[in-house]
Amino acid sequence: MSSSTTSAEIEVRIPTILRPYTKGEKLVTAEAKDLKGLIAALDAKYAGLGERLLENNELRRFINIYINDEDVRFMGSLAATLKAGDSVTILPAVAGGCK
Amino acid sequence: MTLRIRADIVAKILEQSRAEYPDECCGVILGPEGSDSAVELKPMINAAHSPTFYEFDSKDLLALYRELDEKSKEIVVVYHSHTETQAYPSRTDIAYASEPNAHYVLVSTRKEIAPETEFRSYRIIDGEVTEEPVEIINTP
Repeated sequence: MSSSTTSAEIEVRIPTILRPYTKGEKLVTAEAKDLKGLIAALDAKYAGLGERLLENNELRRFINIYINDEDVRFMGSLAATLKAGDSVTILPAVAGGCK
Repeated sequence: MTLRIRADIVAKILEQSRAEYPDECCGVILGPEGSDSAVELKPMINAAHSPTFYEFDSKDLLALYRELDEKSKEIVVVYHSHTETQAYPSRTDIAYASEPNAHYVLVSTRKEIAPETEFRSYRIIDGEVTEEPVEIINTP
């Protein structure tokens, strides 16, 4: 099987606000070959987490996800591919305003 | 819980708020992990460049959290300015507040109160806002 179709184990950093879903774990792992699959795999392990990341099957506007050092919005968003050794970081945006 | 903050840090935040007026300014104050001690001011760029909205740049945000991890620091304060309204968290501020352990500081530089400003601090947890006292420490 070629590496592009094989799921790889990916390390995922969970932000404080989402740790109640992962029983307080800061670093979790899941197997996937792309970001969409990773979120599905995380949601299967940690029920409810997927909904905090997705809205209408798109990445939520105020959730940032990075593969290694790159914002996934520049890598095809949910279609961004993952390979063994990749590290994923989830960070809620720091944002607000007067309205 | 009271926010204790040095007078020189408050002065720098107010200075940044005026410099970036009419856009909202933003930033964080870091401290050692678990200390709740606001010692290291880190102004951030408002990637929205807007008078009604602020957002940390996505790359800056990642760099900030990497620094926290590597140097065992935490975000003690998240601050931003309101340039048209009072220093109270808006619905947007409450909706996006994602650091339950941080003090959310709001500065108002609205023209109705100029040259006075407001500097107030809140906890925002699960959509609930609680104002807290601010104790300004004068440093020699």
